[in-house]
Amino acid sequence: MTEEIIIAGFGGQGVLSMGKILAYSGVMQNKEVSWMPSYGPEMRGGTSNVTVILSDERISSPTLNAYDTAIILNQQSMDKFESSVKPGGVLVYDPNGITHHPTRKDINIYQVPATEKASEMGNMKFFNMIILGGFLKVKPVVKEEFIKKGLEKSLPVRHHGLIPDNLKAVTLGSEILKPINTL
Amino acid sequence: MKELKLMKGNEAIAEAAIRCGVDGYFGYPITPQSEILEHLMSENPYDKTGMVVLQAESETASINMVYGGACLGKKVMTSSSSPGISLMQEGLSYMAGAELPALVVNVVRGGPGLGTIQPSQADYFQTVKGGGHGDYRLITLAPAFVQEMYDFVELAFELAFKYRNPVMILSDGIIGQVMEKVEVDDYKSRWTNEYIREQFPWAMTGKTADRPHRIITSLELEASRQEKVNLRLQSKYKDCEAQEVRYETTQCEDADYFIVAYGSSARISQKAVEVARENGIKVGLIRPITLWPFPSKAIQEITAKAKGILCVEMSAGQLIEDVKLAVECKIPVEHFGRFGGIIPSPAEVVEALHSKLM
Repeated sequence: MTEEIIIAGFGGQGVLSMGKILAYSGVMQNKEVSWMPSYGPEMRGGTSNVTVILSDERISSPTLNAYDTAIILNQQSMDKFESSVKPGGVLVYDPNGITHHPTRKDINIYQVPATEKASEMGNMKFFNMIILGGFLKVKPVVKEEFIKKGLEKSLPVRHHGLIPDNLKAVTLGSEILKPINTL
Repeated sequence: MKELKLMKGNEAIAEAAIRCGVDGYFGYPITPQSEILEHLMSENPYDKTGMVVLQAESETASINMVYGGACLGKKVMTSSSSPGISLMQEGLSYMAGAELPALVVNVVRGGPGLGTIQPSQADYFQTVKGGGHGDYRLITLAPAFVQEMYDFVELAFELAFKYRNPVMILSDGIIGQVMEKVEVDDYKSRWTNEYIREQFPWAMTGKTADRPHRIITSLELEASRQEKVNLRLQSKYKDCEAQEVRYETTQCEDADYFIVAYGSSARISQKAVEVARENGIKVGLIRPITLWPFPSKAIQEITAKAKGILCVEMSAGQLIEDVKLAVECKIPVEHFGRFGGIIPSPAEVVEALHSKLM
């Protein structure tokens, strides 16, 4: 099993940390992982993306041009990466701020209204975990127990009190996942 | 006991330095390798092993601090990225001339000049053909995985002390920035002064009454003596070429075509090999791990019946010269590269295989 994922959105949305939690969860589940950020002269508000690969075998290229899954969090990233999803692959996106919705018919498309839910919860910081929950519902590449371990490993100890709420956000994401186009 | 961590390549370099008992790191920050200095600083290595970490005032100062530390028989290192490494070339030539062991890490970025902060492999010539003056060689290790960034630090010091020569780890922005799983070792103690005194009869350990002065220099005004120095260096390089060649092959047994690539380009090419083989094209990958000494003989033997070789590198064509020399131009050798910080995609490599070799 190899899952090649691009996560793309605005800087400051938690794109890199979502990828890191996913990667660490993979490590805890004894998978090979790679986490490759775009590291241009980016800043808060600019675009940011990370390629995360989870595999049972040694990973070849950490940078890719086609993905099994794209997790898209803003319009610029939709414009850039919709066409990069492999036929039959998955596109998960937050509809907030999206004006041109994905149109491909040869991939599975899902919405996770994470911005809306996170603001209902009163804490935008859970936004990325809601999205992650939606993705894991479609593709359970790591088990929930390892997400918890991944959070423990990737969050500083002073933030460990937030882990239960983060896990709740993951569950919430799986509940609000909305299929748009399924093959 | 081995411990598993998720780390950036740069962090793995720093972690390995602390854990394998390096005595001193002297460096100046530059993207895309600043995490080396940052990780060293945040880990408080002085409390763990007594390792000294110092941010120098410049790259020129860093390499000369390394020169000084190496004279004492200490395990010392620096790291930088392309423009900073250019500033260190004088020091590297002096250290090669004075036969001093040290580790220099280059996490290459796009050039020439100040260039970009994105990944590149355009410092190949500078590293393996001698960026500084004089007939010298740098033993050069090219990691392709974060685990190798970790492992090659200790290996670099082994080779540096075995051959009394500076060793370069030639990495790039991809391997520096990517996070992967790393198995780390327990902390090893640094060498004691007594150990250094016993092991290294050349090291400056403090003159005592029972032994003559030791002089470490790269200066010999008498040409006949300087020629002897050069002959000694060349004979040492020959030994190194005979013993230290390292490379990895993947799916070469039945291959009609070969890709030769190192570092991150080898990773990208590996993906291209997977894709090409799904389409029925028999491609193999040869990944040089030591860039000097170069695996010329291995490449010649493995590709003896090849229909063609593609060199994939993030440069305008540097590695390709060594590959052409290796096969003595008996088979077609083509180049595919992106440069200036652009990363080639696996699809582009497959396309290049088709357009250039078939």
